[in-house]
Amino acid sequence: MTTYNSDTLFKEFKPQIEQTSRSWFIWFGFFICCFIFGVVGFIRQLTGGHIVTGMRDNVVWGVYIVNFIFFMGISYAGALISGVLHLFRTGWRKPIIRMVELITVISLVIGPVFILFCVGRFERIPYLFIYPRIQSPIMWDVIAILTDLVGCIIFVYLSYIEDLALLRDRSSELKIPKWRKKLYKWFSLGYKSTPSQVKRLIFSRNIMAAMIIAIAIIVYSVLAWIFGVTLQPGWHSTIFGPYFVIAAVYSGTGVLIIVMYLFRRMNHLENYIKKQHFVNIAVLLFIIGAFYGYFTFADYLTKWYGSVKMDKELIDKLFKDYYWEFIVANYVGVLVPMIIIAFPKLRTINNITIGAIITIFALWMNRYLIVVPTLETPYLPIQDIRPDWVKYKATWVEWSLTLAGVSVYFILFMIASKLAPIISISEMVHQDHKHVPDEPVQIL
Amino acid sequence: MEDTNKDKPNSRRKFLQLGLGLGAVSVATAVAGKALAAGPEGGEKSAPSASGEKVKVLTTDGKVVEVDAAQLSLAKASGKFVSPSESHIGIPGRKFVMVIDLSKCKNARKCIEACQEGHYLPKDHEWMKVFLMQDANTTAPYWFPKPCFHCDNPLCVSVCPVGATYKRSDGIVLVDTDRCIGCKFCMTGCPYSARVFNWNKPEVEYPSDMKYSPERAVPQKEGTVGKCVFCADKLRKGELPRCVAACPMGVLYFGDILEDSVTNGTETVRFSELIRNRAGYRHLENLGNMPSVYYLPPVDRQFPVDSGYDDLKPELKERFKNIPYIKNTKLKKP
Repeated sequence: MTTYNSDTLFKEFKPQIEQTSRSWFIWFGFFICCFIFGVVGFIRQLTGGHIVTGMRDNVVWGVYIVNFIFFMGISYAGALISGVLHLFRTGWRKPIIRMVELITVISLVIGPVFILFCVGRFERIPYLFIYPRIQSPIMWDVIAILTDLVGCIIFVYLSYIEDLALLRDRSSELKIPKWRKKLYKWFSLGYKSTPSQVKRLIFSRNIMAAMIIAIAIIVYSVLAWIFGVTLQPGWHSTIFGPYFVIAAVYSGTGVLIIVMYLFRRMNHLENYIKKQHFVNIAVLLFIIGAFYGYFTFADYLTKWYGSVKMDKELIDKLFKDYYWEFIVANYVGVLVPMIIIAFPKLRTINNITIGAIITIFALWMNRYLIVVPTLETPYLPIQDIRPDWVKYKATWVEWSLTLAGVSVYFILFMIASKLAPIISISEMVHQDHKHVPDEPVQIL
Repeated sequence: MEDTNKDKPNSRRKFLQLGLGLGAVSVATAVAGKALAAGPEGGEKSAPSASGEKVKVLTTDGKVVEVDAAQLSLAKASGKFVSPSESHIGIPGRKFVMVIDLSKCKNARKCIEACQEGHYLPKDHEWMKVFLMQDANTTAPYWFPKPCFHCDNPLCVSVCPVGATYKRSDGIVLVDTDRCIGCKFCMTGCPYSARVFNWNKPEVEYPSDMKYSPERAVPQKEGTVGKCVFCADKLRKGELPRCVAACPMGVLYFGDILEDSVTNGTETVRFSELIRNRAGYRHLENLGNMPSVYYLPPVDRQFPVDSGYDDLKPELKERFKNIPYIKNTKLKKP
């Protein structure tokens, strides 16, 4: 059993927030370029109108909404995982918990931005607050997302306070600009680890951890109901709420593995994030993947087995026009990661990460298959000769903004890892219970 | 302008001979009642002197009564501007309904043209669409004109987050494009594909003095949703919707379900009888949206389906290339 003390950890992680390597700048520059590309796309959409996107009267929601669901899903997964790990005092969470929390907030900041790209008049977004109609599932979503955003920011912020206080106390040893030292001073809120402060902080963090678990489930269900409440074939399904939640956790767990992998390599955290962490998260991925596969199967089986005309048309379309996408999203995306994790020989860090990448890609595709083919299968046939009216094809504008969204994800992570250590020092030092070892528990 | 000759007696008589249920019946009601002054929009107080010319109109209880022609103009409301907020209030005592006789439609597309002209729509925006339907390979094809159904349980209205689309007391569902944020949720909510999005700035000329009212929905605005408005502006004036007036085959009947009468411009009939005798139905009744548009099945057809196809421009023919009937008869290589 390893016990850490804050002094050694501080010295160990100090260089990570003091120095910035050349490769960091290169990647940062690369992502900034991608972001600028997105800005160009956005300007094109602003000047040219939404006609520059692939969306048309039948497929009124495209890649933007897919991205929105995707990023929100990652965020909710982060909330669920970090909340659960925190509440259950899972010892091995310590080195990775901050990454999970960052996933929560960063995805939650990016996701809703895609809604702004999707709405025809984004300058009228304030109308949501001026003329709200609570009957609309979009209003449920607005309320839920804002609650979630506030909740997650508080949750993550609370987890930062102790480290910020440590950085403030030892800022004289840090070779960093003055404004950053000031930042630590302000945001540590005068935390001095007095017994009453410690007690209050622990209490607040527990409350927030429990709350964000509940909020995460509610928010993603509400998001699913935006589709579920309509009468469209493929969307009008009672399973959508829980299905979306499971799919969200699945994709979010995949993102966590990738984030772990990247920071482990970038910041040389091999001593902290060990293979067992990957395996444990992978076991989580396996279980959730099984649920996801089961839900997907249940949803499509009931649609396929009966003979409702529109359901049949949709299923036919999925297996004809979207054959490969369907295979990737619902077969490869479930089976390959599960096989990798199931066999101990395959269970290496690299393989698990590859499995996670497949998961994420498949889940994005899954959302695409939920949104687009349904809209291409309206009750009244599409009798139109304009090809883009019949079949949706995203344009470079939509892809540029998608790329920009992913880039911002990396940019925010890179910045966050420079502001404070990506491994929570205070978390590593604290003993939850005396008998709980800090070494990862071996599940498999 | 379409309204320039509205006060000439000739056009007024013609207007009545067309049997427009709305204005005429409301006047008849007023005659049957105590005062002459009760047009739907509260017309003039003093009755004009009788012209001696009598015109037959239908009352709500199905009686045909004679009314002096001079009194009939009362039903016409002044064509005053209806602001977006005023447009939320339906025409009092009305509940509009449309009946579409599928046995008469031959895809003349006059309804679409009149609609696009009247609402200054781009040519690719069809608020009224005419589908060629063939429900199964073994069933007969038929032309299927489809406006907005102005449902009594409209999902589009339920899901709108800002109240930009609304249901009025007279049954009409409108869109306020000054309020619409363009989220398109209503478009995914509507199971009848009734809504059209303005993906770019509509490239149409419209009178510059025309003030925006959701009742006429001119001009359409980029980034917002448009759809059939049952020509609420025309209804205010006691006139028929543009598509109904334009249909050369008398396919479209329009009227008031409370008065139990509908007219296609040449004949005025009782709504309940028409639906009963001709086995009227609503499209996709199982979805529970309760449309205000009824269909009469395509039996005893007046035209073969081909007559609506053969004279079409090639690009319009192309639309129906997936219909089994067209594939088997028109596109089959010899």
